[in-house]
Amino acid sequence: MSSLLEIQDLHVWFDLEDGGELHAVKGVDLLLDPGERLGLVGESGCGKTTTALAVMGLLPPSASVSGRILLDGKEILAGGVETIRPHRWVDLAIVFQGAMNALNPVQTVGSQIVEAIELHGLGKGLEARNQTGALLESVGIPAKRAERFPHELSGGMRQRAAIAMALSCNPKVLIADEPTTALDVMVQAQILELLDALCRDFGLALILVTHDLPVVAQVCDRGAVMYAGEIVERGSVETLYHTPRHPYTRLLFEATPDLGDTGEVVSIPGAPPRLDRPIAGCPFQPRCDRAFEPCPTIHPGLKMVGDGHAAACHLNDVPAVTSL
Amino acid sequence: MSVALREPGAVIESEPIRSRRGLVWDTIRRRPSALAGAVILSIVILGALLAPWIAPYDLHKQVGPVFGAPSRSHPLGLDDGGIDMVTLLMWGARVSLLVGFAATLVSMVIGGTVGLLAGYFGGKTDTVLMRITDYFLVIPDVPLMIVVAAIWGPSLFHIIIVIGILLWTSTARVLRAQVKSVRELVYVKRARSLGASHTRIVLRHVLPQVAPLLIASTVLTIAVAIFDETALAFLGLGDPSRISLGKMIENAFQRAAISTGAWWAIVPPGVLVALIILACSLIGGALEDALNPRLRVAHLSARSFRLRPLVGRGEEAV
Amino acid sequence: MSTNGRRPLLEVEELVVRYPISRSFVGSHARRPQRTVHAVDGVTLTVEGGELLALVGESGCGKTTTAQAVLRLVDTEAGSIRFEGRDITGLGARELRPIRRRMQLVYQDPYESLDPRLRVRATVEEPLLVHGLGGSKADREERVREALVKAELSPPELFLDRYPHELSGGQRQRVAIAAGLVLEPRLLVADEPVSMLDVSVRAGILGLLEGLKRQGLGILMITHDLSTAARFADRIAVMYLGRIVEEGPADEIVENAQHPYTRALLSVVPRRDPRDRRQPQILQGETPDAIAIPPGCRFHPRCPLVIEDCKAIDPSLERPAAARTPGHRAACIRV
Repeated sequence: MSSLLEIQDLHVWFDLEDGGELHAVKGVDLLLDPGERLGLVGESGCGKTTTALAVMGLLPPSASVSGRILLDGKEILAGGVETIRPHRWVDLAIVFQGAMNALNPVQTVGSQIVEAIELHGLGKGLEARNQTGALLESVGIPAKRAERFPHELSGGMRQRAAIAMALSCNPKVLIADEPTTALDVMVQAQILELLDALCRDFGLALILVTHDLPVVAQVCDRGAVMYAGEIVERGSVETLYHTPRHPYTRLLFEATPDLGDTGEVVSIPGAPPRLDRPIAGCPFQPRCDRAFEPCPTIHPGLKMVGDGHAAACHLNDVPAVTSL
Repeated sequence: MSVALREPGAVIESEPIRSRRGLVWDTIRRRPSALAGAVILSIVILGALLAPWIAPYDLHKQVGPVFGAPSRSHPLGLDDGGIDMVTLLMWGARVSLLVGFAATLVSMVIGGTVGLLAGYFGGKTDTVLMRITDYFLVIPDVPLMIVVAAIWGPSLFHIIIVIGILLWTSTARVLRAQVKSVRELVYVKRARSLGASHTRIVLRHVLPQVAPLLIASTVLTIAVAIFDETALAFLGLGDPSRISLGKMIENAFQRAAISTGAWWAIVPPGVLVALIILACSLIGGALEDALNPRLRVAHLSARSFRLRPLVGRGEEAV
Repeated sequence: MSTNGRRPLLEVEELVVRYPISRSFVGSHARRPQRTVHAVDGVTLTVEGGELLALVGESGCGKTTTAQAVLRLVDTEAGSIRFEGRDITGLGARELRPIRRRMQLVYQDPYESLDPRLRVRATVEEPLLVHGLGGSKADREERVREALVKAELSPPELFLDRYPHELSGGQRQRVAIAAGLVLEPRLLVADEPVSMLDVSVRAGILGLLEGLKRQGLGILMITHDLSTAARFADRIAVMYLGRIVEEGPADEIVENAQHPYTRALLSVVPRRDPRDRRQPQILQGETPDAIAIPPGCRFHPRCPLVIEDCKAIDPSLERPAAARTPGHRAACIRV
């Protein structure tokens, strides 16, 4: 079975005001099977949101993109936004942090969903309204709230409404960009539970973009860790936690406090490298606690280190090293 | 419960410069419209300032016939008194600019203070000051000027005061809005919670933040002030003892320049006024644009992201 | 009285903060009843020197308002605030000034809390200038350097002349902390000090606070993140709709929470270990507005343990039956 969504060698550059370029995404490869949940994890500036926007064709005019994006085996990036746009909402949908960005404040919630349904020719009039009602119920919003304006709903409700809108045209892939970051922990739990149920019931594939490792651990099957525009490790969420093969992955877990763990909490000194200049060697090397001889000069590529597990670290080439 | 601590390190991040220092200078340098406006304005101001020394002829001496046509020695001809137009333009610009700048100063001081106090203190102060502003806003300017000229007499000083009183309201409103939002900035609130005095906060935190907007507003007000002065003079309400650009136009009109075909007596002063106003508008507009990112509509452009050829990889793909 | 017999640094008793919702033009003329937000509805807490108390809760629970009230940035309707033994509740601005020196606030947003036009030196120096402290310019410079070193920005020369935009988020937050430390306060109120920072940087800042705490500083930390509170706080107080519903030593609260709200919160916090998937107790709905507080126990509409009495009785903080340490209290009639 071929993958539902395949991203190959994706690069994104942004034009800078002084004439230079920011290389925000550097050769990202991702595979997503139907119904699979992938977590795209990283801190600010790592390129995870840019990757998500690239897939949706939502990058601004200041961006240049190269690579291949295959949906059901079909190339959709080759013609730029023209070839991606037809797939928006119908195959690929996105939910952002702060749902107010997605919802029109002067239209009722219901009418926005109806509009989406009618625009994509999936129903009209009464049929569209019925679909909307069913959709709202499936995200936990009583159907009669369809007549409310976004500002009349609470934060959690708005996020649910944004999810409903994203699902209005039965997409195959849902990309959620920091969907719960601005929400309280209880509401976050509700939304995550909702996403979990929707993926099961609708057979949705999910790409969850977030900086929050525990959320990925709870919701996703697989994870990809990004740093400085590159994927530095990829594998199942269990593998990433129990046997990380990249120091950044390990350190990121160690930097996250956990209720069930009494271990040390560390911080990683320094800051990510500038992306407007070429980087020699491994991008994480200046901050790495295990850097050794090849790291400052030779760039480590992403290599398989186990079943479905890949990491970009020179330490994996050293047979004597058993744990990172 | 221990924490593994490492030195934070002095790594400077790749964040873009978000500071607004040098915004005014930057804008003028970067935007062609502002640069053009600055150049034009500089030339005019320089010419006006140096008029006593570089004007080609004497201001009061008749050097030719009434409405003498343009010639080699008088590129813009002569006015209704036989005086060289170029000379007149330079001296006239002096007066126009003087009135423009002085009136703007008056309006900036009043409007700036009102806007600052209203925006910073809010509450009753704000309400009262805004009511006053509204009252001034609805005063019709031309009738007021006529009345003042009739009662007080049309001296330059009175003109300046009148124009200043008419123009301060828009500055007050714009400034009030900005001061209100600056007041909510976290570091301003922090200074308050520290116990800093109002004076300190205004001088150190608020003023520097609203200064660019104040400058933009000032420049735009200059344009309006000069226009108002020109209009006043044209209507005969200007100071009869001084030659301003508007007065020049009025004179020419009165002395039937049009029917005699002496376009050089009317057009040049009008063009010069228009140029000055244009220059100010260009600078002020560019500053406003630079200050308000929401005015930029890049996201509405029809262009989209661009494609590049595949990069490919040196090592094995995973 | 605190355990060692001395007065606590900060004592808050039955604090009440309310504010009216401004009515619309029509509303006030139609004489609609004035609605008030009961932001803080009777909060009692103490902070000792050398201790970190985490005030935990979801948005709207009143934790931020409590912090603002403690710093006398908002007016209180009832209750008392004692700082270093002295009642500061009703003091005017002038009398508060010397007291303000000894309690400082660290804001959540390191990107907004520093004036972008001032260099680090000027930002950290400002509190000294405002309060007229520090003698000569050289003396002030010395104190600024000391504060920067205390905030682990060392060597200070590297940072003194920088502008905020040249620093990372973590460094900016340290500058903000240094500006808070330069007056040598006794109490630090930290409002979500790390929530806007990257994960890899948070532990550094929290570790800094911990180090300061060990030197005797009392810290009141506002946070919504239970995991952070569990790791770095000595005591935790959980707030809901303007009241503290449970409080106690951090370890005790995390391992042996008794109040149903606390237990639910702890159960839904995601864990790092994918295999550690416990059954989350997800409460229905969202926290109601602090305008219409439910009668009886304010949590009863969402409580999984609710019984008939809960709708009538408003419980006070008492030691629960299953508490394992002294100082553990919960406001629930069922525990």
